[in-house]
Amino acid sequence: METYTAMRQFADSWGLLLMVLFFVGAVLFVFRPGNRKNAEDAASIPFREED
Amino acid sequence: MKYAFETIAVGLAAFLALLGAAFAQDSLFAAHMGIVCVVLLIATVILLRNVTFNPEPVDTSGYLDGVIRYGVIATVFWGVIGFAAGVFVAAQLAFPDLNIEPYLNFGRTRPLHTSAVIFAFGGNALLATSFYVVQRTTRARLFGGNLAWFVFWGYQLFIVMAATGYLLGITQGREYAEPEWYVDLWLTIVWVAYLVVFMGTLLTRKESHIYVANWFYLSFIITIAMLHVVNNLAIPVSFLGVKSYSAFAGVQDALTQWWYGHNAVGFFLTAGFLGMMYYFIPKQAGRPVYSYRLSIIHFWALIFLYIWAGPHHLHYTALPDWAQTLGMVFSIMLWMPSWGGMINGLMTLSGAWDKIRTDPIIRMMVIAVAFYGMSTFEGPMMSIKSVNSLSHYTDWTIGHVHSGALGWVGMISFGAMYYLAPKLWGRNRLYSLRMVNWHFWLATLGIVLYAAVMWVAGIQQGLMWREYNDQGFLVYSFAESVAAMKPYYILRAIGGLMYLTGGIIMAFNIYMTIIGREREEAPIPGAEPALVAAE
Repeated sequence: METYTAMRQFADSWGLLLMVLFFVGAVLFVFRPGNRKNAEDAASIPFREED
Repeated sequence: MKYAFETIAVGLAAFLALLGAAFAQDSLFAAHMGIVCVVLLIATVILLRNVTFNPEPVDTSGYLDGVIRYGVIATVFWGVIGFAAGVFVAAQLAFPDLNIEPYLNFGRTRPLHTSAVIFAFGGNALLATSFYVVQRTTRARLFGGNLAWFVFWGYQLFIVMAATGYLLGITQGREYAEPEWYVDLWLTIVWVAYLVVFMGTLLTRKESHIYVANWFYLSFIITIAMLHVVNNLAIPVSFLGVKSYSAFAGVQDALTQWWYGHNAVGFFLTAGFLGMMYYFIPKQAGRPVYSYRLSIIHFWALIFLYIWAGPHHLHYTALPDWAQTLGMVFSIMLWMPSWGGMINGLMTLSGAWDKIRTDPIIRMMVIAVAFYGMSTFEGPMMSIKSVNSLSHYTDWTIGHVHSGALGWVGMISFGAMYYLAPKLWGRNRLYSLRMVNWHFWLATLGIVLYAAVMWVAGIQQGLMWREYNDQGFLVYSFAESVAAMKPYYILRAIGGLMYLTGGIIMAFNIYMTIIGREREEAPIPGAEPALVAAE
């Protein structure tokens, strides 16, 4: 198989699946139970010190 | 000697530039190297004049803010230059007699304008704010000692080389990547140093979590490095000549260019400035970002989708149909993260909406986010093939770019500069808040005039080009559609002039703040007597 076709087939099958899974994983990780407190803590970082 | 190594290195570089000019293969390279030599010689003299034989020890306990002060000055300076170049280019379109041959031809002044506003104004704003934000949110000093200074001055040298090169007529003809191979190599060195400074600071952080603004800045730095290197892969004809040939040919070359070009928009003009939004809006409003978790999703969605949107610049070309459709689909999907981010930025003000009325700096930041929303709505719409068949190659595209660049990038940068100036120079407040208000209205009305006029012009152009009579002949010649644009081009130049005037007011305001003056003026109605710094 020529390189172009091989790469294209990889991109629109496994490549696509991997990226979707990573993205869905990232979203689920952000919304995991108990993360609200971490997020509120992180959001306050810019206010930790008076400059 | 405090700067022994630096002085010797710059002097040596000046000598090498002189050799480059002497042995140049073409006159353009000789002229360009001559300019570099003069610039570096001036730098050497300045360094020599600053020699001290018993230097005071440098205090490295606090933050490294000197380079950020220079960055603020450079941002304001290049901003005014870039806007002025834009007004001149707009006037050239309306009045072709202003094409003063050969150095000030439109073909040379246009890249001068685009690079000045994107890379000189926007780039310096990103450098300065990223150095500021990364130190404040990691509570660590910039990594690498004086490396940040090398990044700053190296970047200014890149700007000067790019700008003088355009006027001399040196270009590789790739949009937003016009500088030739040797300037590209220099930028690569500077950019790697930038990455080292930023990454090093993150790695030596004293705060365990990396605040989201830094994620955006880091993705901007890394992606621009990748885009810049791949898009500029080229073989120079001679190592002492300006000309080079791209490593790609035909449609691959075009797609590489627009993969670069659109991600320059996505990562230089969006991700980096979103980093600004996520730090300076909460600080100026005095309240944390509306939803931190939404900001993380905003980040991942944006970087996953943007990188695929480039092909929408090549609709109805030799690019394979599936690639065009792919670019269109990803562009439309970008609606979601863009609007999620916009809502996140705007809702940060919930409970403090009165600040839009009483604080002109917040107002500037809010209009920036509003323009971010508007141009990220317009962009995906224009990427739809049937819309693109009308809008492509017309002034509608120019209007779209400017509502994004003037509205989003410009306004959020102005807001950040107004926030930074009193803080960095230790002043109580800006010289004048009323002047910020003037700047706000001049800039906003200027953009509205500009964008509205370009919509009308672009749609008219598109309709004239596709107008057939009942016998199947085109109704208008191309020159007729050009002539029809004259009133719009004049109005557009007026819009630009208003924006430039706002920029000059900002330069004056920041200058007076730096020298420590405070204007006697009535407070903004409804505002507290003295604006208290955000907690």
